[in-house]
Amino acid sequence: MSSVVNDTHHEEHPSGIMRWITTTNHKDIGTLYLWFAMIMFFIGGLMALVIRSELFQPGLQFVDPQFFNSMTTMHALVMIFGVVMPAFTGLANWMIPIMIGGPDMALPRMNNWSFWILPFAFSMLLSTLWMDGGAPAGGWTLYPPLSLQTGDAFPFLIFAIHFMGLSSIMGAINVVATILNMRAPGMTLMKMPLFVWTWLITAFLLIAVMPVLAGGVTMLLTDKFFGTSFFNAAGGGDPVMFQHIFWFFGHPEVYILILPSFGVVSAIIPTFARKPLFGYSSMVYATASIAFLSFIVWAHHMFTVGMPLAGEVFFMFATMLIAVPTGVKVFNWVTTMWKGAMTFETPMLFAIGFIIMFTIGGFSGLMLAITPADFQYHDTYFVVAHFHYVLVPGSIFAIMAACYFWLPKWTGNMYPETLGKIHFWLSTFFVNLTFFPMHFVGLAGMPRRIPDYSLQFADYNMIASIGAFGFGFAQLIFLYLIIKTIKGGKKATDQVWEGAEGLEWTLSSPPPYHSFNTPPAIK
Amino acid sequence: MFLIKNLMFFITSALLINTANAGWLDLNMPEGVTDISQEVFDLHMLILWICVVIGVIVFGAMFWSIFMHRKSRGVTPAQFHESTSLEFLWTVVPFVILIGMAIPATKTLIKMYDHSDSEIHIKITGYQWLWQYEYLNTNVSFYSKLSTPYNEIYNKQEKNINYLQEVDNQLIVPVNKKIRFLLTSNDVLHAWWVPDLALKKDAIPGYINEMSVVINEPGIYRGRCAELCGRHHGFMPIVIKAVDEDEYEEWITASEAKISGVAKVNK
Repeated sequence: MSSVVNDTHHEEHPSGIMRWITTTNHKDIGTLYLWFAMIMFFIGGLMALVIRSELFQPGLQFVDPQFFNSMTTMHALVMIFGVVMPAFTGLANWMIPIMIGGPDMALPRMNNWSFWILPFAFSMLLSTLWMDGGAPAGGWTLYPPLSLQTGDAFPFLIFAIHFMGLSSIMGAINVVATILNMRAPGMTLMKMPLFVWTWLITAFLLIAVMPVLAGGVTMLLTDKFFGTSFFNAAGGGDPVMFQHIFWFFGHPEVYILILPSFGVVSAIIPTFARKPLFGYSSMVYATASIAFLSFIVWAHHMFTVGMPLAGEVFFMFATMLIAVPTGVKVFNWVTTMWKGAMTFETPMLFAIGFIIMFTIGGFSGLMLAITPADFQYHDTYFVVAHFHYVLVPGSIFAIMAACYFWLPKWTGNMYPETLGKIHFWLSTFFVNLTFFPMHFVGLAGMPRRIPDYSLQFADYNMIASIGAFGFGFAQLIFLYLIIKTIKGGKKATDQVWEGAEGLEWTLSSPPPYHSFNTPPAIK
Repeated sequence: MFLIKNLMFFITSALLINTANAGWLDLNMPEGVTDISQEVFDLHMLILWICVVIGVIVFGAMFWSIFMHRKSRGVTPAQFHESTSLEFLWTVVPFVILIGMAIPATKTLIKMYDHSDSEIHIKITGYQWLWQYEYLNTNVSFYSKLSTPYNEIYNKQEKNINYLQEVDNQLIVPVNKKIRFLLTSNDVLHAWWVPDLALKKDAIPGYINEMSVVINEPGIYRGRCAELCGRHHGFMPIVIKAVDEDEYEEWITASEAKISGVAKVNK
């Protein structure tokens, strides 16, 4: 058959830098995405350390308040659009074709383009740090009128967001097309691994909401440069409308940042418990319910804008409802562990850490849903604690769990287990040292996004800053460990983990450059 | 023995100092000085304890599993999965708990939205980076901005106890009277927040937001701008002084006279 000839032809690819620039291979593009996220992780982390240095003690010590505001704004944009989203897209690129028994992503050339937009988008965003008027300092939420006070950086910010959105939408279309068209015969939707399911739903969320963000920021652009008054009250516009548009994107966005983690954790827990996932179909339905609910809760970010009572009540109830499907997920993971035969390699540790700390973030989320109490929590460090609990030991831990879990498969080498465990324990200790005290200062009255604070908040801010530096430096272990594993190490078996199930473990470690050119047989 | 005694003394004194200086309330939401702020605090504690109980049960089961069902103990993994009754139960039970939370929350929210029968009306306008207070139906109006000296902010001078939460002109209001605040902004978004009164609302250009409060105890209550409003967002505090009704009447009459006196001179 001609497929043999084709196989050898396709194994050839340019070497050196051209391999990476011209690649249409899903594994190469996945690797690019993951490395991009890693670089951005350290850049965004550096910004976080600037913030925590300034907040180490009361008084202004290191930076100007305007630059401080730029740091909080840029830290958020880099971490959300430059770290978590590309990292999950990288995992999707690497794993989805393999998991469904397909040869590659459905749209390989577009795949190349969606990655290569990102370095340009972020060069543009980061270049604003050196512009007149400084980098954007109005918060990542870009609320007008403040965001319209941005200097020369403004159009660069808007176009950078357009590019990021373009990249995400194309990535999402690719994921949907791949999952719906490239499955091996017999791989029915309800046989797909949960990581594929969560990503399918995430991709639909992305396609639905990224254009909304693009529209919103374009309206900001025309307000600033072309004399429109979409959000300008003096011209008959409405500043609150921007917040509605933004959070109609922003709330599904937070599920875009977390749903793939659910998929990762649902792959890891059964593997190391050596026991099937407790409720596969209920996990799928719970994910779909969360995605649906994410569209009707956006205004809980805006409880203090002065909505009518009926609006507040509706968004409170809808938000509280999310606790039900989220609870279903957590209960499922716990019952999967129940009566299993568990071992605790690094991916399992990160997955368990994820469940516990994500649930803590879920609890504070439930508290935030209670509108009268939210009037006290809103825009304080309590909120900062909440979303960092769901994003750092949530999304980021899940990404790290996924890296440890699949690294032996990707590289063919086992990572150093002890070092991985050290990385986990240091990260867990410091992440809690950083973010747990923030609950307290928030409740005690410290607003977010301030460069200086009154004296009663001093102790806990100092603790949080120490934690942040500890967490930041602990991540150098992660970087070292990954480079070391790529370079060599104990050879991994194809199965890698004793309890691992799924198509990726039937391939060699590392897998061939092109896998499943002939579809595998699905049981 | 001596050592143990000393140690005991050290521990007890440390505990005493802790409870005296940094009690539970410093780590928690203030109970505040209004009926509603008390309700909000109770609501906050109710949800917190419900979360703690759920957390203890779920994490308890998980840690039990982590310690008992590990491979090193030689267990063989069970293979059970799916149970309609269990899945039904863990969907319905959380739903019922949520209803239990939603009812008191909605009741409090409805009270917070009732601005009827207000006796005193004050318009608050946010500026970058100060507040303006206008006592409606009088001619009293003034600006209120941070009074902490720059030397303290830039660490050239020791910080006083009210560092960053002191202003030149305090907002003076009476206790036991319903006060309605009308809130707007002249430039960007701000948010007027005083934790002890459980009041927080955004000041938005082109909008007039409403909130109301009855303060039960005289005293000085401090708050801050809670919505990012630019470079000096961290430097626009709110100080509100609640006084007895007589004292308030005296103050407002004196202020009115002072302002109309100035107006006469200007004529």
